Amino acid sequence: MSSSSFVRQLSGDFNNLEKRVSIWEKLNLDLPLLFAVLVLTGFGLMVLYSATDGNQADLRRQVIFIGLAYIVMFTVAQVDVRVMRRWAPLMYMGSLILLVAVLFFGSTTNGAQRWLDLPGLPRFQPSEIMKIVLPLTLAAYFSRRPIPPRFKHIFWSLVLLGLPAVLIAMQPDLGTALLIGVSGVFVLLLAGISWKLVGSALGVGVLSIPAMWIFYLKDYQQQRILTFLNPEKDPLGTGWNIIQSKTAIGSGGLYGKGWLNGVQSRLDFLPEGQTDFIVAVLAEEFGLAGVLLLLVLYLAIIARGLYIAAVSNDMFTRLLAGSITLTFFVYVFVNIGMVSGILPVVGVPLPLVSLGGTSIVTLMLGFGILMSIHSHGKTAFRYNN
Amino acid sequence: MINDITLKDHTQERRIFLSRLLIGGIIALCLVIFLISRLIYLQIYQYEFYSTASDNNRIYSQSIAPTRGLIYDRNGVLLADNRPSFNLTAIQENVRDLDTSIELIQNLIELSEEDVEEFKQRLRRRGVPFSSVPVSFALSEEEIARLAVNQYRLPGFQVEAQLVRNYPLGAPIAHALGYLSSITEEELRSLNADEYRGTHQIGKTGIERFYEPLLHGQVGYETVEKNARGQIMDVLDRTDPIPGEDLVLHLDSKLQLAAWDALGDYRGGVVALDIETGGVLAMVSKPSFDPNLFVEGISQRAYSALNDPIETPLFNRALAKYSPGSTMKPFIGLASLEYGVRTKDYQIQDPGYFILQGDSHIYHDWTWWVSETGHDLVNLAKAIYQSCDIYFWDMAIDLGIDRMAEFLAQFGFGQNTSIDISQASQGTLPSRGWKMETLGQPWYPGETLNSAIGQGYTEATPLQLATATMVLANKGRWRQPILLKRAGLLSDDIQHESAIPDVSLQNSEDWDFIHQAMQDVVHKDDGGYRNNGTAYPYIAMLDKMPYHMAGKSGTAQVVGMAADFDNDAEVPEQYRDHALFISFAPVENPTIALAVFVENGAGGSGVAGPIAKTIMDAYLLNEQGEIKQEFLPEPVISLEPQLNSGAASLGSL
Repeated sequence: MSSSSFVRQLSGDFNNLEKRVSIWEKLNLDLPLLFAVLVLTGFGLMVLYSATDGNQADLRRQVIFIGLAYIVMFTVAQVDVRVMRRWAPLMYMGSLILLVAVLFFGSTTNGAQRWLDLPGLPRFQPSEIMKIVLPLTLAAYFSRRPIPPRFKHIFWSLVLLGLPAVLIAMQPDLGTALLIGVSGVFVLLLAGISWKLVGSALGVGVLSIPAMWIFYLKDYQQQRILTFLNPEKDPLGTGWNIIQSKTAIGSGGLYGKGWLNGVQSRLDFLPEGQTDFIVAVLAEEFGLAGVLLLLVLYLAIIARGLYIAAVSNDMFTRLLAGSITLTFFVYVFVNIGMVSGILPVVGVPLPLVSLGGTSIVTLMLGFGILMSIHSHGKTAFRYNN
Repeated sequence: MINDITLKDHTQERRIFLSRLLIGGIIALCLVIFLISRLIYLQIYQYEFYSTASDNNRIYSQSIAPTRGLIYDRNGVLLADNRPSFNLTAIQENVRDLDTSIELIQNLIELSEEDVEEFKQRLRRRGVPFSSVPVSFALSEEEIARLAVNQYRLPGFQVEAQLVRNYPLGAPIAHALGYLSSITEEELRSLNADEYRGTHQIGKTGIERFYEPLLHGQVGYETVEKNARGQIMDVLDRTDPIPGEDLVLHLDSKLQLAAWDALGDYRGGVVALDIETGGVLAMVSKPSFDPNLFVEGISQRAYSALNDPIETPLFNRALAKYSPGSTMKPFIGLASLEYGVRTKDYQIQDPGYFILQGDSHIYHDWTWWVSETGHDLVNLAKAIYQSCDIYFWDMAIDLGIDRMAEFLAQFGFGQNTSIDISQASQGTLPSRGWKMETLGQPWYPGETLNSAIGQGYTEATPLQLATATMVLANKGRWRQPILLKRAGLLSDDIQHESAIPDVSLQNSEDWDFIHQAMQDVVHKDDGGYRNNGTAYPYIAMLDKMPYHMAGKSGTAQVVGMAADFDNDAEVPEQYRDHALFISFAPVENPTIALAVFVENGAGGSGVAGPIAKTIMDAYLLNEQGEIKQEFLPEPVISLEPQLNSGAASLGSL
């Protein structure tokens, strides 16, 4: 009861503020975040234009998806995310069913069963949905549990995390499974899980690497890691990608070769230049300066996300915002790290820049959630349970 | 559940969350700094390395082979040109299924299993991805058409054109021109490899070899940008190749073919020189070979045919050394006058044989085998036109081998005096010093007798004989034999000073004396068998010639034979004597010097003589059988009437 009276006292201040409410606040849009995302998607399209060699079809598709993603972001921002806490178990169950369904009915591309064709719906990857649903579910779970979490809660949360991760790994899509796992782990970490536990989990993880290597990793996955350790061993085969992307980045120098002048991608030396390796195109054409601009934009989004999480009023939105933001950072780091040769090659696109619609829509949906948290968090909300 | 919430300590929870968030943010920042340092390392520190790697990726320098210079004869007839030849090539990366494709190709064109095996070897050896590898060479029009129709079934295969050497006249001219063939590894080592990047063939003999640097031209370069699939995207820089020089030869292709035909079925060699310049008008060696065979790669069977031990088509008889026989007599005769050993009037009584003092051996004249008498009274002129061995033996004893050799050397014997015929033999000019040096033995007087009639150790090439005849006809003025007339169609003829000193005689009338004696060889008709020129019955008697031809026959023993062994029909062909004939014409205005060598031809006057006459006719006479205007002696016309009435003076010609 005391808390609600506390809220009431604050509401008077809000009324004063309301006089100066801008149009952006009315639209529930967070201006700094929106600005950073706009610049980033614009810059991204510019790089993509060069990477696709001006391929109109690819660009049009990307523009359409980006437009769609903005609509999704805008729409989600209007919804008070806190209502989703109630729907979290249901959404989790639904997503899990879709992940099971994809194993049975999914369509196969490149040897992996990731896509689902449901009548009346566009083709989509259920794992994309899980990217949002899992942190949301775990945030909802911990928001009603004591912080720091107790052991049994950690156990159950790991079960909630493990189920979709295993299902996605079975597609097989190890990269996405790991990233979804990471987004869940971020919720646990932010929820205050003890460092001792984190340390011992890491220890177990490191110790299990040889077993994983022998029993779990497929040949091509082992190959990727071996290649990462020594790409020059097979420069025309498995090492090709990483050698060529490092060459593209390195030859860009400080200011790059200029927009549309990147020879590595234009002459097809750089594979996946439009998708996973697009940062190499950027680095070649815009140089270190261009990459730093990109990183500044990412850092701006991440900083804004962390700020939104920090000022958020309740634990559900805090955990959710924190997890979304840190996961976004992981995408950025893993992608640039892999392209610049400090991480093994895993299929992670560069967020908001790489060609490919679904990931952009998912990411922007995440930003919509952040905006919603920030906008609606200023008003009181009573959870009905 | 409500209890849970009420139990929550919001401030405490928020503090935990914020501290975790802060840690997350700090870690993220550290990782970003790590990323940035990695990028600085790649883009600043290793910029040079990766910049070079990027350029090496895409920039290729390829050479463009120059077009080889053409070869013309003196009248502008094309002797060697370049024609397109079509090869089937494959780019392995674009081929769908190699074995199936090969099978299909074998149904379309002739492609043996050996060809396929060679193609696969070439495929394995190729260094650069996306390079085209030849499958089959020299496709016919029909094969090209069949491949074109089936092109859609053969991805990765294509018909490529390349220029190959072509010799329109074929075999008759092969020994003069030489031929082009694949560069061997040995040749590659001694060549400037840069100049020959993109060139696969090189001149092997003759003109093609000697003037290789001129004919080849200068290689061009092209710097291109290639994409990852090896396709050329852009030409960044280009230096055009400089085509090789077109060469114009002194060679007269009509005369060359006439000499080829004149030899008939005989094996032999002919060299004709332009007396004015020393230019080689004809250089024939028979039998010969089709030089075009070598250009596209010769088959094993065709090659073994070229190695026939008797025919030896690859052997250039025009440049090989043989015993010159009596063709040496005019030169040795001239030597006897020059050294004062004999006078023009000195006569001997010829009994038909000669006995060297202190030697039991009886040397018989060549006529002994016809009838066992001598030539009766013989002076030097008769000794030449009757080819009397006895006179020369008698004289040679007084002349001596060393003086003989010294004098003959002035006419180019014993050395290769040509400017651009490097593979010609030097022949052999024996002397005391020569024998001691090469054989380590002293000289015997009997050997002087052999040398006096161009036998024994003496050896000369048809080219040398023609050269010496030219100098003789020219009264001692030297011109070195040369094939090349000019380099470049429009440039001036090459002028070169002869490096060999002219032959000057104490009494220059001796030249005319020898010329007359040689004219008598062909034209002297008074008095039958023992008094006319040896070649008269075979040349001037049979045809009323509109010009005078000077000549000398030679018949050289191939194997020593029993004295009474008849030299004709019963003797196996390859043991018959070689027949030679040297000549120049017209005697009044010497224009062409000629040496004819007929392998196992048996009779110098009877076989080689008529061949020489046919060649002379071909060069000197027009279609009406009259001597061509340009070969007539300069008319002696006083300057004034010419100025006053040019037409009248022309009419008087």
